[in-house]
Amino acid sequence: MRAGELAERVRARVPDVTVARGEVTAVVDRTRLLAELAGLRDDGDLAFDFLSSVTATDWPGRVPRYWVSYELSSTLHRHRLRVKVGIAEDDARLPSVTALFPTADWHERETFDLYGIVFDGHPNLTRILLPDDWEGHPLRKTEELGGVNTRYKGAFVPPVDRRTT
Amino acid sequence: MPVERLPGLHEGRATSDVEQEVRRGVLLTTLDRAVSWARKQSMWPVTFGLACCAIEMMATGAGDYDLSRWGMELFRASPRQADLMIVAGRVSQKMAPVLRTVYDQMPEPKWVISMGVCASAGGMFTNYAIVQGVDSIVPVDVYVPGCPPKPEMLMYGILRLHEKVRTQGRVR
Amino acid sequence: MSGSPAIRDLEPDGSGELRQETMVINMGPQHPSTHGVLRLLLELDGENVVSCRPIVGYLHTGIEKNCEYRTWQQGIAYVTRADYLSPFFNELGYCLAAERLLGIEAPPRAQVLRVLFCEMNRIASHLVWLATTGLELGAISMMLYGFREREIVLDIFEAATGLRMNHSYFRIGGVIMDLPPDGPTKIRELLRLMPGRIGEYERILSQNPIWIERNRGIGTLSADRALALGVTGPMLRAAGPARDVRKDEPYCGYETYEFDVPTATEGDCYARYAVRIEEMKQSLWIVEQCLDRLAEPGPVMVEDPKLRWPAQLEVGPDGIGNSPAYVRHIMEESMEALIHHFKMVTEGISVPAGEVYQPVESPRGELGYYLVSDGGNRPYRVKIRDPSFVNLQAVPSMLEGALVADVIAVIASVDPVMGGVDR
Repeated sequence: MRAGELAERVRARVPDVTVARGEVTAVVDRTRLLAELAGLRDDGDLAFDFLSSVTATDWPGRVPRYWVSYELSSTLHRHRLRVKVGIAEDDARLPSVTALFPTADWHERETFDLYGIVFDGHPNLTRILLPDDWEGHPLRKTEELGGVNTRYKGAFVPPVDRRTT
Repeated sequence: MPVERLPGLHEGRATSDVEQEVRRGVLLTTLDRAVSWARKQSMWPVTFGLACCAIEMMATGAGDYDLSRWGMELFRASPRQADLMIVAGRVSQKMAPVLRTVYDQMPEPKWVISMGVCASAGGMFTNYAIVQGVDSIVPVDVYVPGCPPKPEMLMYGILRLHEKVRTQGRVR
Repeated sequence: MSGSPAIRDLEPDGSGELRQETMVINMGPQHPSTHGVLRLLLELDGENVVSCRPIVGYLHTGIEKNCEYRTWQQGIAYVTRADYLSPFFNELGYCLAAERLLGIEAPPRAQVLRVLFCEMNRIASHLVWLATTGLELGAISMMLYGFREREIVLDIFEAATGLRMNHSYFRIGGVIMDLPPDGPTKIRELLRLMPGRIGEYERILSQNPIWIERNRGIGTLSADRALALGVTGPMLRAAGPARDVRKDEPYCGYETYEFDVPTATEGDCYARYAVRIEEMKQSLWIVEQCLDRLAEPGPVMVEDPKLRWPAQLEVGPDGIGNSPAYVRHIMEESMEALIHHFKMVTEGISVPAGEVYQPVESPRGELGYYLVSDGGNRPYRVKIRDPSFVNLQAVPSMLEGALVADVIAVIASVDPVMGGVDR
């Protein structure tokens, strides 16, 4: 289905749909996330049954701060859709979609690990990429890039811009 | 035999003691050289390939750039049976304790080659996730720069290590 | 028999039955057979695997965070090291996504070169897979054969890009250099050699009873389970569905090339092996078609001076660098060119605000790049949807009821590259 026609179909379900650069993006409210994803999957003409990726972007200073995006595609019709949900800084929680798409398991763990967004209903929401006792969520814009702490016997090398040697 | 008296070293000792020490030194030096030569002839690396440099390390061990010429094609999986650790690739914070554990499990004498810039100094990844140089975790003997170093570069680093072992090896 | 305390301990309830426990052992992260720093927590009942939990993150490099602090062009050097066995695919996904944000397209010759190098990278990656899988399952000489062929491909890469791995060859707007004059000759030599060599591998392995025993019926993953778990690439195609991004959502002109997408139906390790061998042959076919299209010369980088990489690079005796003619031009001939070069290198290009998801078909599956720009000269968010990250989720379900030896075969058939998994 071409992007324009797809956008019309999706707009019938979810009002907030934009088309840019050949891609269709639908913005969904967090309370309706599971219902909308299930609807998009079960609709015969849309049939978005494959979840490629779940990720988040941090826009500090904007409200809502975190935007979680789900990349959906259809194995039947071969079209793509992006579903985005905006969540506020002080209430960074979303329902987990692992019941609908089992592949979201590790994607949501990674988003939790790097951004601190909690997914309610996830079977095992623990850190996946960073050590289990790591403090902080590094991909947030408010966190610094260069922690050059070598976590061994207290050795410390300052970040690049503050080194003297 | 007349022995040159070195100031500070031979004060207050009898000539026969000094002679004995010199003879003992000569014997041990010869033994040093023999053992060091043997050690460098078949240094077995432990498999510690982490990232891209690991692929180049495997290519160095494969047919085209054969490490078997120096008796090193046998990468031991168990650190207890290895005497060289080639840290090939970027060491993340999560991997650092594992690196130290494997190093500690290797028996003496052991050497470390830090292969690639990521292992030597953090490489291009100056960020929260990568240890900026494994020499803050293990003592390194030879640093091989490159991203990744070509197999010839790694071989050169290995040969320099062999030279180091041959000339500076000590039995006692 | 039930006299000593040790024996008594084993019979807790006095029934005479020995107490049985499962054993939890750790495989990795330093292990010769886990394809990198993958850690598997195996719960074993004797030789049977009761459960398996993969633990990743031992190679987490913070590539995504680092890209946010570098210009758009510098990001290529970072992402190319994510999945280090298929660097061209990383660069391709990133560059295509950035080009879509910019609304430009690389010139046709650049697109042909991109397809050419990507398909050769696919062959090289599958050769490493074959080499390491053979080594782990006992066919040790496969290691040497795989790397021998790979050296031919890496020779071509080195002549064309200056580097054997992690090339930074694809740039936003095209590729950085054209092929060297002897490039097509070397590639034709590769095309002449490879079919015979692939035939050799098939003669060694395909009907080998040990290979069949270790691979057939092992690690079966059905198609619907694979799709639910988000598995893509040869792992999915070995179970049936012919999903390939090159056919479903073509990029770089793939719709104009003739090639087949090999599939199998059993979904076990042997099927994955067969699919990958066939993919190597299909890639050779595509490389041949690319060579025919390279007969006419043309530009390899967009013309727009605000976007194109200003320098002309050249592979010299000590590696890749600015060509002497270009250095003379900016240092001696033209001040404007020097200023322009300086600005492009330090400040980089500005990409309009927006977001884009670009999938490419890497040797391991769907490699997706989700790029967000806020209009500046640095990426705002670079998300790499790596196929190995998602494919590893399928490992526990593939290992249900398997033996410890099957763990090796299954992990090898997934072909994970931990650089992509952990980024």
